[in-house]
Amino acid sequence: MAEIRNYTMNFGPQHPAAHGVLRLVLELDGEVIQRADPHIGLLHRGTEKLTESKPYNQSIGYMDRLDYISMMCSEHGYVLAIEKLLAIEPPLRAQYIRVLFDEITRLLNHLFWLSAHALDVGAMTVFLYCFREREDLFDCYEAVSGARMHATYYRPGGVYRDLPDSMPQYQPSPLRDTKEIMRLNANREGSLLDFIWDFTERFPKHIDEYEMLLTDNRIWKQRTVGIGVISPERALQLGFTGPMLRGSGVEWDLRKKQPYEVYDRLDFDIPVGVNGDCYDRYLVRIEEMRQSNRIIRQCVEWLRRNPGPVMIDDHKVAPPPREKMKGDMESLIHHFKLFTEGYCVPAGETYAAIEHPKGEFGVYMISDGANKPYRVKIRTAGFAHLSAMDELTRGHMIADVVAVIGTLDIVFGDIDR
Amino acid sequence: MTDTHQDLAAHAQEKFGESITAVHEFAGQLTLDIHRDRIVEICRTLRDDPAFAFEQVMDVCGVDYLDYGRESATGPRKGPRFAAVYHLLSLRHNRRLCLRAYLDDESPMIASVTGIWNSANWYEREAFDLFGIVFEGHPDLRRILTDYGFIGHPFRKDFPLIGHVEMRYDAEKQRVIYEPVSIEPRVLVPRVIREEGFAKG
Repeated sequence: MAEIRNYTMNFGPQHPAAHGVLRLVLELDGEVIQRADPHIGLLHRGTEKLTESKPYNQSIGYMDRLDYISMMCSEHGYVLAIEKLLAIEPPLRAQYIRVLFDEITRLLNHLFWLSAHALDVGAMTVFLYCFREREDLFDCYEAVSGARMHATYYRPGGVYRDLPDSMPQYQPSPLRDTKEIMRLNANREGSLLDFIWDFTERFPKHIDEYEMLLTDNRIWKQRTVGIGVISPERALQLGFTGPMLRGSGVEWDLRKKQPYEVYDRLDFDIPVGVNGDCYDRYLVRIEEMRQSNRIIRQCVEWLRRNPGPVMIDDHKVAPPPREKMKGDMESLIHHFKLFTEGYCVPAGETYAAIEHPKGEFGVYMISDGANKPYRVKIRTAGFAHLSAMDELTRGHMIADVVAVIGTLDIVFGDIDR
Repeated sequence: MTDTHQDLAAHAQEKFGESITAVHEFAGQLTLDIHRDRIVEICRTLRDDPAFAFEQVMDVCGVDYLDYGRESATGPRKGPRFAAVYHLLSLRHNRRLCLRAYLDDESPMIASVTGIWNSANWYEREAFDLFGIVFEGHPDLRRILTDYGFIGHPFRKDFPLIGHVEMRYDAEKQRVIYEPVSIEPRVLVPRVIREEGFAKG
């Protein structure tokens, strides 16, 4: 009898645990994985090529759609690259607002990651809990930009507008009675900052809830401890960044090591793991949420005390206020030029990197002096992480593939670009 | 040039000599133009020499300089069309370095650095897919982002933004078919280069 034992299996691209459109070709020996070959590109939209065909500002919206779980962080990387080429710096208040929203985005990302990871591994409740908190954070996005997800809020030279003084409130509707509406609106009476403050008061308790469900959970530990172990040396070789690298015990965080915006003025810690398995990466991300909460509180306190401009006063880059445009000829010209042609960026090239929730998000931008970028290369963390899939899953069981995909925190918007 | 960059550039020039054809610094980034034949050797030293210690490659990407500066008064720039750009990161010294190697116009080819940094694997596949740069010695140089059976290298400047083919489901043939694109390319905002620079003026 012929001994043909290995067989090949397709995982995805429609599998719910594939986190989007991942097609994995698995070579199996029984239930043990011999080789994993991810096929990506099913969501490739050519973002980099599209940005080359548009003025700089018109591509900010594309960045939201790269990593659609952490929208504003991708915008941040792109905007930083433009600012580096233009050699401009946003006002301090804008920098604090950016940090505030970067950290809100980090919470959004980690909450989504936690819920999806837990759901993949079989814990439904965490999913529901996490989405409850995500809803409040989406409301912050909406209050500041008008969009719940794809905000397009950061601009070269600052942010689009200042934080609003009032939170949108729930309106009476046939579906909700007055008492319910009063309860929902209770923390929406004040400004956006009051709402965020109220959130940060509640949030650590919610993290305790997730931890209560998972950290000491027998099943959770069986599924994650010792799965997808990666040594610090291998993690560096494989290009890991962010929580994936820190989970292996390498203390590297761009917010600390190469601070951008106002991270050097804020007080926070960088958690690192010990074993480099899925469970350690889970612990790292949970602790990152607590640290983000701390950063958000510091930003809110600062922003309450320090009003000021949120956009640079250079109308060659940032449009003048609308009232001024109506009465002043020069402002009108600036407005017209900016919205028809955009601004020209000095020729040169730069690489701007930020600590995205998933790892290092870098934008390599080449300008030839035109009003459109000559070449934009987006370096996303997920791309490098997914390329290590083969090494991470080799020798594990099929069920562990799901845990490993979960721990990689991959989103196809930013892998395929 | 900042001190750290100066040290780094001086040390690199001492080590690699003729292989470095130019040193640029712009917006806080140090770029070394290197000779493409020496890429593996240079990268190995950059990783292993404790004075460099670039443990990670953050990105490998292709660049097509075909239209660079076409709208400027001096016209498009002359010189090699393709380049491979490597972004390195040293955790030990907390600094970055950018390497650029210009390639042949006809058949862009460079040695693979996957043996030095394993993470370069997919980046090189991507640069091959999008620009047609061949990385010699790459273990598995397949297309990565484009469709199975895709023709051409979409990020080259002579590849139109709308592409060459479009895809639809044909009810008669009961399968997905490819046809030449039916839409017209259009440009909403023309590309311009203001010599003095609108942003700087």
